[in-house]
Amino acid sequence: MSLIFDQIRKEIEANDVVLFMKGNEKFPMCGFSASVVQILNTLGLTFKAIDVLQDSELREGIKTFTNWPTIPQLYIKGEFVGGCDIVREMYQTGELQTFLSDKGIRCAA
Amino acid sequence: MAMTAVQIKEFILQTFPDALIEIKDLAGDNDHFSATVTSKAFQGKTRIQQHQMVYEALQGHMGTRLHALSLKTQVSKE
Repeated sequence: MSLIFDQIRKEIEANDVVLFMKGNEKFPMCGFSASVVQILNTLGLTFKAIDVLQDSELREGIKTFTNWPTIPQLYIKGEFVGGCDIVREMYQTGELQTFLSDKGIRCAA
Repeated sequence: MAMTAVQIKEFILQTFPDALIEIKDLAGDNDHFSATVTSKAFQGKTRIQQHQMVYEALQGHMGTRLHALSLKTQVSKE
């Protein structure tokens, strides 16, 4: 498990915006993942999508790492922001846009 | 085995006896629910912590027996 944690830590440190999801950004394999991809695209964000379906250890590992039982999971600047519900709510209220600009990440909206 | 709306409500109420819980069966298939949980227990917690508290109340069923639960948490007003 600790190897997976190291791998996760590396990804969220190396990339400003990381989305652990089912499928990839072109072909999301789940409605919740698709929904977050759509929000990130609307905001014009560059992000790294990591498909947990390619790696069952990662799929379980990320749940333990974050203490969050579901996928997708969005990390910004190494910080867990939320799953689909929270990201959607933050986007709708404008909190997500504020959060991004506080973190020095430019977005389109 | 999937969970029913009643079971979800019971789990949440065990941990949050004061909670107002509104559950919708989104697809009519006992598999895709939305829940709005309003409780004093969420006071002073971040949204992530509030959701984690509800997931804990569901005792590991979230993401397993319970496939899809769209969650919204609110702090109840005095």
